[in-house]
Amino acid sequence: MPRALIKPKHQRLVLVLLALAALIGAGLLAAWALSRQASYFYIPSDLVARPPEQGRAVRLGGMVEKGSLKTMPDGVTIHFTVTDGKAEVPVRFSGITPDLFVEGSGVVAEGRMDGRSFVADNLLAKHDEKYVPREMKDMSAAQAKQVVAQTK
Amino acid sequence: MHGFANPARFLRLARWLMPALLVPGLVLSLGALAWGLALAPPDHLMGVTVKILFIHVPCVWLGMAGWSTIAISSIAELVWRHPLAGIAARAAAVPGAVFTALGLITGSIWGRPTWGTWWVWDGRLTSFLILLFLYFGYIALSDAAQRDAGAGGPGAGGAGRVAAIFGLVGAINIPIINRSVVWWNSLHQPPSITMGKSAIDGTYLWPLLIAALGFSLVFGGVVLARMRMLLAEIQTEARLRRKALG
Repeated sequence: MPRALIKPKHQRLVLVLLALAALIGAGLLAAWALSRQASYFYIPSDLVARPPEQGRAVRLGGMVEKGSLKTMPDGVTIHFTVTDGKAEVPVRFSGITPDLFVEGSGVVAEGRMDGRSFVADNLLAKHDEKYVPREMKDMSAAQAKQVVAQTK
Repeated sequence: MHGFANPARFLRLARWLMPALLVPGLVLSLGALAWGLALAPPDHLMGVTVKILFIHVPCVWLGMAGWSTIAISSIAELVWRHPLAGIAARAAAVPGAVFTALGLITGSIWGRPTWGTWWVWDGRLTSFLILLFLYFGYIALSDAAQRDAGAGGPGAGGAGRVAAIFGLVGAINIPIINRSVVWWNSLHQPPSITMGKSAIDGTYLWPLLIAALGFSLVFGGVVLARMRMLLAEIQTEARLRRKALG
């Protein structure tokens, strides 16, 4: 097709669309290349499969296993297990825990591997994406539905 | 759309549309925030701090919507050379940056009691901070291009072309912010609202959605107000230049 038949407007549209496609491609490539480095923490399976060198500062994230949390006799040291459902890592920590740190909830521990267990210097609480009122948390689904129906 | 290429026609529409957006926007925003603060029950885990949700989430949504406005206007400017597109993009930049900054501040205040930290360099927080810096870059660049055009410099005629390209390239950060919590392990939790499904209980969801609608109307009203201001500025400058030459 002779060039003169293409309106400049359409030529610009094609150019912008091509530039957008290249941009999105570059962005996806970069995100994919960063997939390991850009993660804020390792999950237990990562640490078990590829243990980092002893003493190197790393972060471990996962769920605090239910029933694993134990306070030592000194009152400030706690032991618990972090799990991702496939692997588990025992964690040791001395200090003040965040308010949202409870069993069965998410945690990110900053620290290092010491043998097969993890020594944390700092704990951060990671909560899930659910927002539920306190009163409804312990109700059964049927009860909750009834309460919602009454308040409507 | 090119019906509004005539600024006088656009200004006539903007004159009544601006208060028509701002007034209900403010009423809805304040109403939803009052509802959220006074009536929403404490969350099962985080207690009353959950109420920051009603201001944090609309702010970050609008921070991202602001850049989307810049990106769409930039395409309209580059492809169709619409005379109002560049002005719309410049008008959206400042309120977008304000909402982005508010989102970062409220998020940080929320992070301290829930996560136990003001700030971490995880994927979500870092990409959102980059959004704020992109806004600063865009505002500086588009202002400089406008000054250059006003002075009859090399940017004249194609004023804002560079800013439009910057606006388009910066848009790549928006899907990265959106996907950051899915692609990478992050301290920030995954999205609560996805494709018509919500993990937020109705008692929180309704005030949140109304606040988001209210904030959006305010954003639209402010963008129109700024467009009127920018158009007036350009007109005044042109008039002064004609006088100086005449």
